[in-house]
Amino acid sequence: MSYIINLLEVLFDTIFDVLPIVIIIFGFQFLVIRKPVPNLKKVALGFIYVLIGLTFFLEGLEVALFPIGKLMATQLTDPAFIHGSMSKVNDVLVWQDYFYVYLFAAAIGFSTTIAEPSLLAVAIKAENVSAGAISIWGLRIAVAIGVAIGITLGTFRIVTGTPLHYYIITGYIIVILQTTVSPKSIIALAYDSGGVTTSTVTVPIVAALGLGLASTVPGRSALIDGFGLIAFASLFPIMSVMGYAQLSHWRTKRSWKKDSQKGD
Amino acid sequence: MKNYMSSLFKSFTDSFRDLLPILLVIGFFQVVILQQPVPNLGELLYGVFLVVLGLTLFVKGLEMGLFPIGDSMAHSFARKGSLIWLLVFAFALGFGTTVAEPALIAVAEEAAEIAANGGMIEMTEIAKEQYADGLRFTVAFSVGIAIVIGVLRIVFGWKIQYLIISGYIGVVGMTFIAPKEIIGIAYDSGGVTTSTITVPLVTALGVGLASSIKGRNPLTDGFGLIAFASLTPMIFVMAYGMWIG
Repeated sequence: MSYIINLLEVLFDTIFDVLPIVIIIFGFQFLVIRKPVPNLKKVALGFIYVLIGLTFFLEGLEVALFPIGKLMATQLTDPAFIHGSMSKVNDVLVWQDYFYVYLFAAAIGFSTTIAEPSLLAVAIKAENVSAGAISIWGLRIAVAIGVAIGITLGTFRIVTGTPLHYYIITGYIIVILQTTVSPKSIIALAYDSGGVTTSTVTVPIVAALGLGLASTVPGRSALIDGFGLIAFASLFPIMSVMGYAQLSHWRTKRSWKKDSQKGD
Repeated sequence: MKNYMSSLFKSFTDSFRDLLPILLVIGFFQVVILQQPVPNLGELLYGVFLVVLGLTLFVKGLEMGLFPIGDSMAHSFARKGSLIWLLVFAFALGFGTTVAEPALIAVAEEAAEIAANGGMIEMTEIAKEQYADGLRFTVAFSVGIAIVIGVLRIVFGWKIQYLIISGYIGVVGMTFIAPKEIIGIAYDSGGVTTSTITVPLVTALGVGLASSIKGRNPLTDGFGLIAFASLTPMIFVMAYGMWIG
């Protein structure tokens, strides 16, 4: 019974979140565009699917994944665990001792990104628009690799306590340099993939990891150092997606060259 | 009917495959590294079932509802030829979808806590609430502006990299003059603004616009709206931090 009550609560929350969007869309549709919505019934049914789907999705995450994911983040960052995993017990922890934290950061960053619904939406659209040149899985894996690298580096930053903006500014410079050499068709999509990666699934677990780490590493403050992981997670996919495009561009060029050499 | 069922089953297994990596990661760390039993197996299975079912329905609804409506509105606005209304719509969509975003509300509350601890504002509930609300409206306003700029870019065919690079310069410049305490939150606020419902809608709007305006390419011009929406909040939040501080 409590399961049903929980589900209904999440459903009402979701409806409340979606309401402003629905009001804006239909308000403009009826007052400004003043034309009936094509396939109104189907569209309305689609909205209901989205509402119910998100409700199940969020409640499922809340029941199954978030508790264990957050617990894990706290356990892995617990000094007792980190001391225990060392071969000889020292009083001072160095950044290498956090090996499992980095491993967890990379793995959880990758896997939560694969399950992220917003990224899936953008990937579906990109595959449609590019007539299959950009595949759904290619994009998702490229983004997931970017998030994995970003979050790992972000945890490393919290452990070492270096200022956030050094990393971000370096990242920006790399992005700008990559932009100048990337295939033109990928640039806008790559920039977008930075923003879509961090939503429903990734943020809660990653935030728990950041806060857990910042509150247990000596000399860090949870309030100041706990933030910043999301910023890493939204910067690095831009690089990995452009990298992926450069790689596939370079590979097609090389196979063309081979083909034309065969033709000679 | 049989076809419908089999396609539903296929999307169900697709969704399960999307979730599988997380299950493997959590299972591996729990059993091999932390060496602890998996708690509440029944509840875990129930949750996983809900997630998979939810993702399946979400994708179905996306293709039936969110994508078509975003697309058809983009076409209608392009045919109507009224740039002002298009921009008003763009702003409303950005502002309206962000201001009530739960992730943003959570971040704003935490930011108020930090500001109070850092002595930037008074340590009272009212002061914190005012600070959090101010921050929330700042971010929502900046997302509205971002979508407006993004739509203008599609309409006039500006190159995205110039706008993004100017945005980066703005972020870096603000970083040096903004109070230290706000920087982490400001950087993170860029990532939390784009929700699961906003992203498909905004993407469909951009791609729809780019495909209905002559001389624009849906792939090179249609994407990019989300990128602006995750960049402007950083600048505006740092500005907000300076204005309060």
